[in-house]
Amino acid sequence: MKKRVLAMIMASAMVLGLAGCGGSAGSTESAAPAQTETKTEEAAPAGGDLIKVGIINNDPNESGYRTANDKDLKAMFNEANGFDAKFAYSMKNDEQISAAQGFITDGVDYLLLSAADTAGWDSVLQDAQKNGVKVILFDRTIDADPSLYEASIVSDMAKEGQTAVDWLAGQNLSEYNVIHIQGHMGSAAQQGRSGALDAKVAAEANWNIVAQQTADWNAENAQQIVQSVIDAKTPFNVIYAENDDMAKGAVAALDAAGISHGVGKDVVVMGFDCNKWALEELLKQNWNYDGQCNPFQASYISDIIKTLEGGGSISEKTIIMDEKGFDASTITQEDVDNYGI
Amino acid sequence: MKNKAKSNGLFKRIVGNQMFIPVLAILILVIVNLVKDPSFFVVTWGLNNDGFPVLSGSLISILDNGSELAILAIGMTLVTAASGGQDISVGATIAVAGSAMLRVLCGGNARPETTQAPVIVAFLVACLVGMLCGAFNGALVSVFKIQPMVATLILFTAGRSIAAWINNNELPIVPDPKFAWFAGCIPGIPIPTSVFIAIACIIVIMLVLKFTNLGLYTQAVGINESSSRLNGINPTFIKFLSFVILGLCVAVAALIKVSRISTINYSVIAKDIEMDAILAVALGGNALSGGKFNMWASILGAYIIQFLTTTLYRFKVDSEARPAYKAVVVILLVVSSAPVVRNYFSQLAKQFSSPKKEVA
Amino acid sequence: MNENRILEMRGIDKTFPGVRALQGVDFSLNAGEIHALMGENGAGKSTLIKVLTGVYTKDGGTISLKDTGEVQIHSPQDAQKFGISTVYQEITLCPNLTVAENMYIGRGEGSLTNWKKMNADAAKLLASLDIPAKATQQLASCSIAVQQMVAIARAVDMECKVLILDEPTSSLDEQEVEKLFGLMRDLKARGVGIIFVTHFLDQVYEVCDKITVLRDGQLVGEYEIKDLPRVQLVAKMLGKEMDDLSDIKGEQGGYHGDDAGEDVFEATGLQSDAGIKPFDFHIRKGEVNGFTGLLGSGRSECVRAIFGADRVLQGTTKMHGKPVKIAKPVDAMKNGIAYLPEDRKVDGIVGDLSVRDNIILALQVLTGFFKPFSKAQANAFADEYIKKLNIKTASADTPIKSLSGGNQQKVILARWLLMHPEYLILDEPTRGIDVGTKVDIQKLVLELASEGMSVTFISSETDEMLRTCSRLVVMRDRKVVGELSGEDLTQNKIMSTIAGGESKA
Repeated sequence: MKKRVLAMIMASAMVLGLAGCGGSAGSTESAAPAQTETKTEEAAPAGGDLIKVGIINNDPNESGYRTANDKDLKAMFNEANGFDAKFAYSMKNDEQISAAQGFITDGVDYLLLSAADTAGWDSVLQDAQKNGVKVILFDRTIDADPSLYEASIVSDMAKEGQTAVDWLAGQNLSEYNVIHIQGHMGSAAQQGRSGALDAKVAAEANWNIVAQQTADWNAENAQQIVQSVIDAKTPFNVIYAENDDMAKGAVAALDAAGISHGVGKDVVVMGFDCNKWALEELLKQNWNYDGQCNPFQASYISDIIKTLEGGGSISEKTIIMDEKGFDASTITQEDVDNYGI
Repeated sequence: MKNKAKSNGLFKRIVGNQMFIPVLAILILVIVNLVKDPSFFVVTWGLNNDGFPVLSGSLISILDNGSELAILAIGMTLVTAASGGQDISVGATIAVAGSAMLRVLCGGNARPETTQAPVIVAFLVACLVGMLCGAFNGALVSVFKIQPMVATLILFTAGRSIAAWINNNELPIVPDPKFAWFAGCIPGIPIPTSVFIAIACIIVIMLVLKFTNLGLYTQAVGINESSSRLNGINPTFIKFLSFVILGLCVAVAALIKVSRISTINYSVIAKDIEMDAILAVALGGNALSGGKFNMWASILGAYIIQFLTTTLYRFKVDSEARPAYKAVVVILLVVSSAPVVRNYFSQLAKQFSSPKKEVA
Repeated sequence: MNENRILEMRGIDKTFPGVRALQGVDFSLNAGEIHALMGENGAGKSTLIKVLTGVYTKDGGTISLKDTGEVQIHSPQDAQKFGISTVYQEITLCPNLTVAENMYIGRGEGSLTNWKKMNADAAKLLASLDIPAKATQQLASCSIAVQQMVAIARAVDMECKVLILDEPTSSLDEQEVEKLFGLMRDLKARGVGIIFVTHFLDQVYEVCDKITVLRDGQLVGEYEIKDLPRVQLVAKMLGKEMDDLSDIKGEQGGYHGDDAGEDVFEATGLQSDAGIKPFDFHIRKGEVNGFTGLLGSGRSECVRAIFGADRVLQGTTKMHGKPVKIAKPVDAMKNGIAYLPEDRKVDGIVGDLSVRDNIILALQVLTGFFKPFSKAQANAFADEYIKKLNIKTASADTPIKSLSGGNQQKVILARWLLMHPEYLILDEPTRGIDVGTKVDIQKLVLELASEGMSVTFISSETDEMLRTCSRLVVMRDRKVVGELSGEDLTQNKIMSTIAGGESKA
């Protein structure tokens, strides 16, 4: 299986090299016939002809999510898999844009982009289109005409939030007194994950928000927020933290105050992102729920590249990744190993 | 009459004192909390999840969470006094020192079964790393005469990436639950250890200021470098030293920060803490342009910031509105502790008291 | 109001914490008059000037101007608006701006600046006043004297009715002073009233028409210049008859120990990076000698090289015949050498620190980083010298910057005396301070020498050096050109040596 994939990639690499020789005038359609012809014969000796991809990502240190995301991309886009990949990291839009311009000048075949900001990408993507560089967005969408990119592989944060809230509703607690610890205000993850909860609280009479504060993805801030609620002696029975770090901070505050948490205990603890250590907490039944935010987009991207190289077209531009929610009472060691990041 | 004149003088002395505004700020925060919710000040006795007794309540939370800031305020005060500038890299260097500590503790393995080195060794390495960062900043400022803000911008920008690089982008988790004791409670002791660490740091710096000439030298260099040199002080070394001391404070703060969650997140650990540390110095009424300083006032400034944060959490101020509230309070405090305004207050006090004197 | 009168101040009061700086002071100025404001340091001259220019707000009294009647002056901008311009004792310009910018900034004539016109105007004014500076030159690159003249040019150009000159001549040499006087007479002829604050009696009698004397914040009186001989003026300033200045050397016996002839300090071929030629120098125990020469001849640079204040390039130094290495100030201090620098504000005081900390600073550094004085010890030191040198300060806790110039200088002197140095270098210790303190310092120098201290004394006033020094090293163009002692110590001989070989004495 693996060999076959490799061969196919090599072939596409080959084709791409030829297409490249044909000049930049060739559109997707004109390149396609060439591929069908060369595909089988010249697969093996494809030597130096690799697909050139330029990958623009956020700083891998930003979070565990990003680290896993970067690792996943690096594991897929390397010479062994038939790619000549260049990486650029920045959390600033203007730096990302100039990196994109650099990649276009270098003549990459594909530009993979996780944009820092949604706005400001039109002109550089038009440049890319003119130069025959195909753009694939991953993880984050942008405000640009969809014709400027081939596909966008994203997580549906609202769906993540909805899955989590549905799970919580399924716990059939008589009353929901929730401490809602938000991520960085305005970020897509915060908006999506907050939205579902806010809607539910507005709709149901026995759902209350005890405290709703942003901890900026920061564990210590989360700890302080929960501590202040405990100090105020306000009763609560759910902690809805929008990432694992903040859930961890919240749990530290609970531990210090002698409040029990986890499966069958006083407080339900919910987190997001599925860090490995967080899933282990679930396994130990210290936490109750962890929602996945899938960082493994590389295989989706490579599928799209294969399709495009094979002359196919992408029917659905926006591809939403499968994302799970794990329940402490059902999680297995296998889940931890497979989905932990 | 004489008595009255004396009390007027006392009033003026109090109003003119550098500690007046910080103490007044604390009093106002206390009163606001008393009026809104007196239970703010209740300290209760309970058991934590390990079954050991702990004290809890907002006051304990303030002391606990204010520790790092108080420790950083010590170093920041010295740097401000000596160099007339501020170190904006402390947050990033906390990440670096914390990362180094974890590297030693976990031996480069993200999920070790046991700790790979004693905590004391890891802490000493962190101190070394913190002081190296300080020495780097200090050398740029003192030897190469680069503006402190610009010099420290380098580590401010690069620090968190360096921190990530130290651990190969892994986020190691300390397996030993005892490591959490440095920020939490040691079994049997009901007050968080971070409070004791902060007190220890305060005692150490007060002893240093009492038993050495650090204070005199630092202030002299900050006020008049040229004159200090002609009096036999080495201004270059004093500035350098102040940054190294700040580096040491950073390492201690990093120990507490990392201990709080037994792991690290390079991008958010101690985020924006440099601004709070600088603010603590300013709230204490110390001139950010350097020179004379009052260490107690800076430390008090740090706890005011924490008091304010805890109060805002307690009042459940909207997330979006919280920075605005903080900004308003900070503006009020900083403006009212500015020398211009302080002078105006003492003038006012004088006018207020003088007609009475004539009547008497 | 008298028709000719352009300024009238009545009953001015001003109080600072612990000090009544002015008590009911009257002052009046006529158009086309040069009016000297005299008094010892701390007499209230500067305070009166600052009240007039809006730097301080008066506590009581009235200020009236000819055209506008009674006015309230709340800021220097107000003062400028009323046509009152000032040139301060210490230069208050911005060293990092150009000469032209310094002459025109803050003049409030619209927010837009026409740079070309500004530079052209500045160049014209500089040329008309014969000031050797370019309009586009950075101010810091000019000598102190030129900076001072730029400050005057700035004030002159502001079309003022009242011009205040607060010690403008203290850093100017004779030619420059003459030029300034020419300028003052010009302005006087144009009807400008000039208030002239100075310590130089000669200058007062050369240009002024009237004298107002202040003492301890109170008015002593206003006099026509012809009615007040010098001796009486000095007596009124001091509030007592003054010692005969020329006699002080005779009062002290000099040092007569067994080791009187021995060299305490000796330098051979010493050179620093401040641009002086290598020089030899020595001083004996109990001797007072001095460096003399024109401003900029290298006097200060020589003593700075001795103290290690500038980077020493070459040369050997010996204390009591033993070679010592002096690379930086602390080395000199360890060898018992003390140095009171020329520029008090820049190199001397540590402004925000208390008088006490300023006094103990040098000895504290010498004692060591790990051995701070106890509070009681520091207070004892401070009190001892505040009393000994009669320093006028509210308390030892007062920041030194709030003291008058002369008292600041005494504090710096106290700092070095506390170190009990073997060899004391005083660079312009009497510059910008009042007559009384000047005499005090001169007496002190001779007293210290008679007790065995070696002192190098530098002053711009030759008569002052003649009164105190027994040997003078003469400098010209950054080179030692001669040495005078004994019979040769006369004004004429010094002048001719400074001037060079052509004019034989």
